[in-house]
Amino acid sequence: MVKSELYLAAEEHNPVLPEISEIILGLVSFGILLFVLWKFAVPKFEALYKERTAKIEGGIEKAEQAQAEAQRALEQYKAQLAEARAESARIRDDARAEAEQIKADLHAQAQEEASRIIAQGQAQLEAQRAQIVAELRADLGRNSVELASRIVGESLEDEARQRGTVDRFLAELDSNAPAGAGKK
Amino acid sequence: MGALVLAEGGDFVPPNTDIFFLPPIFGSVTKPMVLLVLSVLVIVAFFMVAARGLKIVPSRFQFMAESVYDFSRNNIAREQIGSKDFRPFVPLILSLFTFILVNNLFGLIPILQFPSMSHIGFPLALSLLVVYPVWHGVGIRRHGLGKYLKKEIFPPGVPVPVYFLLSPIEVFTKFIMNPITLGVRVFAAMFSGHLILVLFTLAGEYLVFESSSLMLAPVGILSWLFAIAMTFLEALIMVLQAFIFANLAAGYIGRALSEDH
Repeated sequence: MVKSELYLAAEEHNPVLPEISEIILGLVSFGILLFVLWKFAVPKFEALYKERTAKIEGGIEKAEQAQAEAQRALEQYKAQLAEARAESARIRDDARAEAEQIKADLHAQAQEEASRIIAQGQAQLEAQRAQIVAELRADLGRNSVELASRIVGESLEDEARQRGTVDRFLAELDSNAPAGAGKK
Repeated sequence: MGALVLAEGGDFVPPNTDIFFLPPIFGSVTKPMVLLVLSVLVIVAFFMVAARGLKIVPSRFQFMAESVYDFSRNNIAREQIGSKDFRPFVPLILSLFTFILVNNLFGLIPILQFPSMSHIGFPLALSLLVVYPVWHGVGIRRHGLGKYLKKEIFPPGVPVPVYFLLSPIEVFTKFIMNPITLGVRVFAAMFSGHLILVLFTLAGEYLVFESSSLMLAPVGILSWLFAIAMTFLEALIMVLQAFIFANLAAGYIGRALSEDH
C-alpha cells in the first residue's frame, strides 16, 4: 500500500514542473515580506544611517572646532608668557638702575657729609688757633714788656715806642710761625 | 520516509525524487508551504525587532541585523545597480536575499530539514514573476519601450551583419533564459544538495543497521561522516545561492537602467 502511494505520488509530482499553488503561495508570501520590509524596516534603517552619518560628521566638526580653540588658547598663552617675561626683565632692569641710582646718591651724600665734617673741623680748628694766637699775642706783649722792663730796668713810658717795638717783634714771630705750626 | 523505504525489504532502495513530495500535513498544505510562511514570519520578526530599537551605537543584535541589511544594501544593491539608482531597490534586494537565504537554511535546521527552494515553484515565482517584470519594467520606464528594446537587442558598437546572429541570441538570453536560469539555479542547487544529504544518510543507515555483513558497518559510518561533511558544504552553497540570486537580480536591474553596456 505504501509502495503504491509512493508510486502514485511520483507520477503526480514532476520536480521540474512548478505547481500553481506553490507559485501563488510563493508570490503572496514574498509580497507580504517585501511590503513589510519596504514600509517598516528599510525606512528605519535608512533613517538610522542618515542620523549616524550626521552624528559622525558633527562629531568630526566639533573635534576640529575644539582643536582650533585649543590652538588659539595655546597661542594666547604663549603670547602672554612672552609678555610676562619681557615685563619681568624690564622690572629687573629698572630695579637695577634704581639701585645704582640709590647707591650713587648715598655715595654722594656721604662724601658731602664727610667734606662738611672736615670743613667744620677745619673751621673750628682755625678759630681755636686764631683765639690761641690772639691770647698768646696778648700774653706775649705783656710778658715781653715785663721782661724787657726788668732787663732794661726802666719802664717804658712812651706808649708809642713800646707798641712799635712789640709789633716789630711779633711780625718777626709771625713770619716764623707757619714753619713752627707745620712742624707741630 | 527513509524508514518507510527501508521497511519494504532487505535491498537498499536509493532515495528518489519522492523525498521531495511528502504527504500533506493537513488538507492540501504541504511542508514547504508551512516553511515558506514560517520564513516570512521569521524574517519579519527579525527585522521588526531590530528596527524597533535602532541606536546610533548598535547592540549586538542590532549589529547582526545591520550586517544583513548592509550586505544586501551595499554589497549587492549598490554594487550592482550603482550608487545613483540603488535606493528604491534596497527593499526588493533585501527581501530576495533574506527570503531565499532563510528558506535554503531550513534544509539544515533539525526537524524542519527541508529547503523549500527545492520546490521549483517558489524560485520560479520569484524570478519569473517578481524579478523579471521589475527588471524590464524599470528599463522601459527609464528609457522608453523602443529605446530600451533597441539598447537591449541591438547593443551598440557591433557591425551590422553581426546583428543577424547576435540579436536573436540577445533576445533569447535576456527575455527567456536569464529569468528561467535565475530560478532554476537555486532550485537545482537545493534539490541536488538535499538529495545528496539524504542519500548519504540513508546509505549509512542501511549499511550499519540493515545489511547482513558486519564488514559494511564501518563503511556506513564513513557514509555518515560524508553526510556531515556535505552538510557543511551545503551550508556554504545555501548562503552562496541566496547571494547569487540577489546579486544577479540586482545586476539585471542595473543593466536595464544603465545607458549602454
